[in-house]
Amino acid sequence: MNVSASGGITSIPDLLARNVAQYGAKPAYREKEFGIWQSWTWAQAADEIDALAMGLLTLGADVGDHIAIVGRNRPALYWAMVAAQRIGCVPVPLYQDAAAEEMAYALDHCGARFAVAGDQEQVDKIADVREGLHGLEHVIYLDGRGLRKYDHAAMTSYANVQEAGRASGRIAEVNARSAARTYDDTCVMLYTSGTTGRPKGVVLSNRNVIETSKNSAEFDHLKAGDEVLAYLPMAWVGDFIFSIGQAMWAGFCVNCPESPDTMMTDLREIGPTYFFAPPRVFESQLTTVMIRMEDASRFKKWMFDHFMAIARRVGPDILDGKPVSAMDKFRYWVGNILVFGPLKNTLGLSRVRVGYTAGEAIGPEIFDFYRALGINLKQLYGQTEATVFITQQPDGQVRSDTVGVPSPGVELKIADNGEVFYRSPGVFVEYYKNAESTVETKDAEGWVATGDAGFIEEGTGHLRIIDRAKDVGKMADGALFAPKYVENKLKFYPNILEAVVFGAGRDYCTAFINIDLTAVGNWAERNNIAYSSYQELSQHPQVLAQIADHVAEVNKSVAADPMLAGCQIHRFLVLHKELDPDDGEITRTRKVRRRTVEEKYADLISALYSDADEIYTETEVTYEDGRKGRIKATLDLRDAVVAPTQKVAAQ
Amino acid sequence: MKDTVEPYVTADGRTIGNILMDMRNITLRFGGVEAIKNISFDIREGEIRAIIGPNGAGKSSMLNVISGFYNPQEGEVWFRGEKRPPMKPFQVARQGIARTFQNIALFEGMSVLDNVMTGRLTHMKTGLLAQAVWYGRAAKEETQNREVVERIIDFLEIQAIRKTPVGRLPYGLKKRVELARALAAEPKLLLLDEPMAGMNVEEKEDMSRFILDVNDEFGTTIALIEHDMGVVMDISDRVVVMDYGRKIGDGTPDEVRNNQEVIDAYLGVAHD
Repeated sequence: MNVSASGGITSIPDLLARNVAQYGAKPAYREKEFGIWQSWTWAQAADEIDALAMGLLTLGADVGDHIAIVGRNRPALYWAMVAAQRIGCVPVPLYQDAAAEEMAYALDHCGARFAVAGDQEQVDKIADVREGLHGLEHVIYLDGRGLRKYDHAAMTSYANVQEAGRASGRIAEVNARSAARTYDDTCVMLYTSGTTGRPKGVVLSNRNVIETSKNSAEFDHLKAGDEVLAYLPMAWVGDFIFSIGQAMWAGFCVNCPESPDTMMTDLREIGPTYFFAPPRVFESQLTTVMIRMEDASRFKKWMFDHFMAIARRVGPDILDGKPVSAMDKFRYWVGNILVFGPLKNTLGLSRVRVGYTAGEAIGPEIFDFYRALGINLKQLYGQTEATVFITQQPDGQVRSDTVGVPSPGVELKIADNGEVFYRSPGVFVEYYKNAESTVETKDAEGWVATGDAGFIEEGTGHLRIIDRAKDVGKMADGALFAPKYVENKLKFYPNILEAVVFGAGRDYCTAFINIDLTAVGNWAERNNIAYSSYQELSQHPQVLAQIADHVAEVNKSVAADPMLAGCQIHRFLVLHKELDPDDGEITRTRKVRRRTVEEKYADLISALYSDADEIYTETEVTYEDGRKGRIKATLDLRDAVVAPTQKVAAQ
Repeated sequence: MKDTVEPYVTADGRTIGNILMDMRNITLRFGGVEAIKNISFDIREGEIRAIIGPNGAGKSSMLNVISGFYNPQEGEVWFRGEKRPPMKPFQVARQGIARTFQNIALFEGMSVLDNVMTGRLTHMKTGLLAQAVWYGRAAKEETQNREVVERIIDFLEIQAIRKTPVGRLPYGLKKRVELARALAAEPKLLLLDEPMAGMNVEEKEDMSRFILDVNDEFGTTIALIEHDMGVVMDISDRVVVMDYGRKIGDGTPDEVRNNQEVIDAYLGVAHD
């Protein structure tokens, strides 16, 4: 069956061909290299892709082979994905910061015959695990630096593969394979970061990707001429949809930063019109702005505070097109000239027409700050299994506490236990080689369990997410326990980076807290507080006192909601190390692995539920290169101020 | 130690060529103090040659002799098959020798890019006036030189600080910028004076990697002075060991490591 609702287009290579015909000479990809933005038109990109596709044929790639792709965002790696699709192979992008064993699992699980690696670091990781991988035949590397001395028996540079491809002249074969692809063939396979257990390979079909890209591009009126900055991991479904799916569908230009460290400068230079960032990027941008304003002259500081107050009051309404008095409009206009405009320019957000944040809850103050500046920042709720989009906020209906209305083509239903289910054209085909999990997640009618608990708000139809469904539990007295709800409130404070709340089946709740080194370090510097390590700063009495204040404030706001009043934090400690993906405590996308944390720090948890004032602990840590070490610390255990619970009246 | 001057290929696939620099019976005195006593050794094309020794052994003096800053009272310096007459440091630089300094010597108020551009000075031919008015050949020349500099910036992974004033950078990065400036001269021989002094383990590992990569990628011959024995033994092809101005060992890291005199110098013995 080869039915397509998209005018005969059944694959990403079809879209590429359409774009070459339609926008041939317009820029399709840009990358900053050697200090200059280099660009490739659609026609040039197609040429590079064809050369690599032919090169892969000369290496013996068969239809259905998996080709792993790992490295930072670079045009050549995006081309590798499309080249794989051109010859009927399945691209499998992997997380570039994954440890060698994690990579080995994915490479082995998908049985990749070829791997395209960005640089020496990735080649080294593959080399480390290669012996255990029977399927892997050939590695293609992009940046040959430091690789000259390596054994090249099963390794070729990207340029050489392209050269061999061009010399072979097998374009007819490539075209034939491309034409044979149907709408229901696999488009891409993405490994989920997996908050629990092993990562799963999510198989997405051409139908999933193209239908979703089409719907979402129409929802936000994305068009040729838009600009995106591709800086989020290529292995993440979001990047695949934004930088390949939507970019190909709408025909807009994908810009790749020079290096991960230059992202902010590159953002400013490109000035994207369509921008996606997880909340932490917005958070750290805001923190930087605030720290720099502290250093500004008094007049500038006054001007910033004055106009930001006006912006907070009327900015979001102006953005939503709601009525605002002429005087306020004038004030906002002046503020825009003096403060907001220059600030947006510095942040690289001047031209943002559509901005999204997702993945985690964003603090209302942070969200409002950007909206007040006139940046159309919205929230969406999505999953790899849904090809990203489940719900999103339409222009003019944006709030920080909802995740929006169902995306076009998506149906929602809420189960009795509060779990959110959806059905859409983007629903994934299967988990690769894992029929059991597929059946658990997706029922016969195509409904997929999100694993999140939430409800649809009456009146507006917006979805609100409370927590992971499996994390919502009961406390000893039967009260509702929703840890994420409390954690998010804590994380909205700039000096708290991460929080983990415990309390299922207990009498009261306790919490682990991670301080944010940027914010707290800056505060320490300003107040002449000396510290020699993260560990020492984390246990500083003044830091603990600040955190205690934040916890007390959070308790007060939690107590205001009778349903969740039991979730107030009675005791807490500040952890001596940051939760780290290398230690398996959080995922690569920075979601807490609750079970791992519970097991690893069992001694700390039991101390929180005892009368002790402090506890000595030793923790194993993994360094970036995989070596292990131990850190020792004595942690303070603090009691928090608990607000009186408001009784539900007349019951 | 290899006595032949036949080119050979190392275990990791690099070619070590002819003698690039030959120091013959060098003696350097400051008044009555003999800083270097009758030392001879050579540096071959493509190799990483280390000079090590305890404090006050005369290592930096030796580097300054190579770079032409000091003229030895006795002995001869041969460079690329020719005996080198006494020279000013800038003349030595034109011959293709660049260096970094133990105590960083960058222009603190200038950006990283500008600092590295100064390394191209010996490759610029247009006059001061033409450069000032940005006229004709001067503009073209700057573009060409900028290209070389950008490749080095990319190579040393300092893109993110391209426009940052050097004064605002941490120590480890300044060291890297200094290396970048030396590389910008496209030297035949690169002299590194304690490239890893004052660095933490991670910074040392990074720097070692860059030194190896420079040698591998550009084929630059490198002579370095270093305190850290571990690092030296890992990255050098041959090592000269000095103690009290004398040469007490010369050879591959393994030969040097097992040399009794070297062990004594480092671990200490009772002096009569």
